[in-house]
Amino acid sequence: MKIKKNIPLIDQHDKFGFWGGKFGGNFIPETLKKPVEDLTILFEKLRKNKKFIKERDYYFKNWVGSPTSFIKLDNLTKHLGGAQIWAKVVSEANGGAHKIYNATVHCLIAKRAGKKYIVGDTGAGYAGKMLSMAAKKFGLKCKIFMGAKDIKRQKPNCDAIRKNGAEIVPVYTGSQTLVDAVSECMRYWVSNCDTTHMCVGSTVGPNIFVKICGWSTSQISRELFIQIKNEFGKIPKKVKLLNCVGGGSSSFGFWNEFMHYNKKQVEFIGIEAGGPKKSKRHAAPLTYGSKIGILHGASQYVNQDFEGQIEETESISAGLDYPGVSPIHCFLKDTKRARYTAATDEEALNAYKLVTKYENLNPSLEPSHAFAEAIKLAPKLSMDTIMIVNSCGDAHKDKDILRQRLGKF
Amino acid sequence: MAKSLINLAFKDCKKEKRPALITFTVAGDNTKKNSLKILNSIAKHADILELSFLHNCPIADGGQIQNSTYRSLKNGTTLKDTFQIAKKFKNNNPNKPLILMGYYNLIYQSGENNFLKNCKSSKVDGLIVVDLPWPENRKFAKKCKKKSINFVQLLSPTTSNRRMRKIIKDSHDMIYYISMLSTTGGKLKVPPKKILENYRKIKKINKNKNCVIGFGITNKTIKSFRNSDGVVVGSEICQEITRSLNNRQNPVTNVSKVVARLKNKVL
Repeated sequence: MKIKKNIPLIDQHDKFGFWGGKFGGNFIPETLKKPVEDLTILFEKLRKNKKFIKERDYYFKNWVGSPTSFIKLDNLTKHLGGAQIWAKVVSEANGGAHKIYNATVHCLIAKRAGKKYIVGDTGAGYAGKMLSMAAKKFGLKCKIFMGAKDIKRQKPNCDAIRKNGAEIVPVYTGSQTLVDAVSECMRYWVSNCDTTHMCVGSTVGPNIFVKICGWSTSQISRELFIQIKNEFGKIPKKVKLLNCVGGGSSSFGFWNEFMHYNKKQVEFIGIEAGGPKKSKRHAAPLTYGSKIGILHGASQYVNQDFEGQIEETESISAGLDYPGVSPIHCFLKDTKRARYTAATDEEALNAYKLVTKYENLNPSLEPSHAFAEAIKLAPKLSMDTIMIVNSCGDAHKDKDILRQRLGKF
Repeated sequence: MAKSLINLAFKDCKKEKRPALITFTVAGDNTKKNSLKILNSIAKHADILELSFLHNCPIADGGQIQNSTYRSLKNGTTLKDTFQIAKKFKNNNPNKPLILMGYYNLIYQSGENNFLKNCKSSKVDGLIVVDLPWPENRKFAKKCKKKSINFVQLLSPTTSNRRMRKIIKDSHDMIYYISMLSTTGGKLKVPPKKILENYRKIKKINKNKNCVIGFGITNKTIKSFRNSDGVVVGSEICQEITRSLNNRQNPVTNVSKVVARLKNKVL
């Protein structure tokens, strides 16, 4: 298994949609074959269409607010005394997280497809919030599927979704989290695919959804590439890009532009959710060696039991609380281009405390997982190492959890 | 597979000038014992029986079947139990065709060959895999054929004509037409006339293939499809089990009555 040069990673799949011959694909009911095929044809056409790209860039710039800033965390760097720690503050994007890129592109596609309705899934509520924002902006009716457990723990985002005029459909099946929300959203699409466009909230799902999402979030690394060059004059010799990984949309977008650099120069480190320290449950299929299985239309490393039932996950961060992971990350793991590790709930909370103590930055629980790894690694590394963390979400949505766990927000 | 039990069942029904009645139940619902009892008792009325093996992330099932699935999973039903139920049923009813239905991950984790070996030793006659569409399923379907197990291809209202021809060409003794854009157990939102139009389109491509219609078929709607090769009823049965449990009644006798009633409607 090898990564090819000069071809975008999202296109390095075979004719059945598999990366590395075994990750991804289209494990979907017959009813969805045609809508998925239609969407594939439309997307391939649009991504070559200059007018469409112009339109995307216009909204990214004027509505999403690109580029988001790239800053050095001086105090944290001094405190840890090692590698330089930098942050790409993607949480500055309109709505407060990277999910806005995928949501915007999906709405633009839905408009071109002549669809009036759009549905999406959400865990932390960011994908849902952004989709509802974009739907409102582009005049589409929107439904968001969300696990009942997540509705409770991410109230600020739910309020935002409703304020944008979208309907939240609570999902009570299974573990009542993201995994069930995605299933329910797909079921809804099976029943309404003639009138409705579906936006999968991350780089997961049938092949085309992985591609659209990865194509959209790649905006992050396109900006970062220019910003690094402006800052250092070139790509420095030792760069480490740290990003949390749930489904994997922000990390893929954060890395894509640097894919063909040698990993000794630009290393990718993905941080999964290790769950509570004392619990055996986690949301880290790549770190803990889960087996390949099929979830939500794609084969991937996924937490499951011996016979193939998907296992319940546990994480303080709703956005990472997913038993599977993008097929593209499975491919990056097996080709050894990226390495993956996990941070526990407690480590993420401590990282949040430390970052907010030293810096004027308020990362949500998801990127706090990545900061936890940065804090661990930085003291062991030399000053010429440039360690960049994607601060991909804002902690406003986590205020209830943070107040409860840390006594303050 | 001209002599398959599935083919024979359709032939017998055609002699009686009626569609085959195909039931769907969830393995281990509401208990392992009752699940077998239900199969044994409805076999008197049904021509072909579908039994689902469980998956806890079913992306195409509606509420009723999900309820049954989660109920059964909670009771600890495993894939091994499902094969046990199938085996016991076939020992009692060696001539009644039994089709297993489910999602591909369970087959993938068992290994395709191992899964088919278990099907064979339980005397399972056919397989429906919801999330393994054509052409992805070609290899596996061929494996099934080699073992004389019918792989049932699915068609839906979104299937294009060109695709339909290719799928039908690769199909075995039975084709399953999904009546409408819906998960299982949805209300019939398309007029039966329209569904039958599509059905006839399939039959026109190859009149010798047995084509059954499923999704949205209930006691109320089944009569409209009397002239098809077969009809599948699932959610109504699962719902009856739920209803019986809520009313503290015996699901076995109640389900049996429901299936008898369905049969009367198509005679």
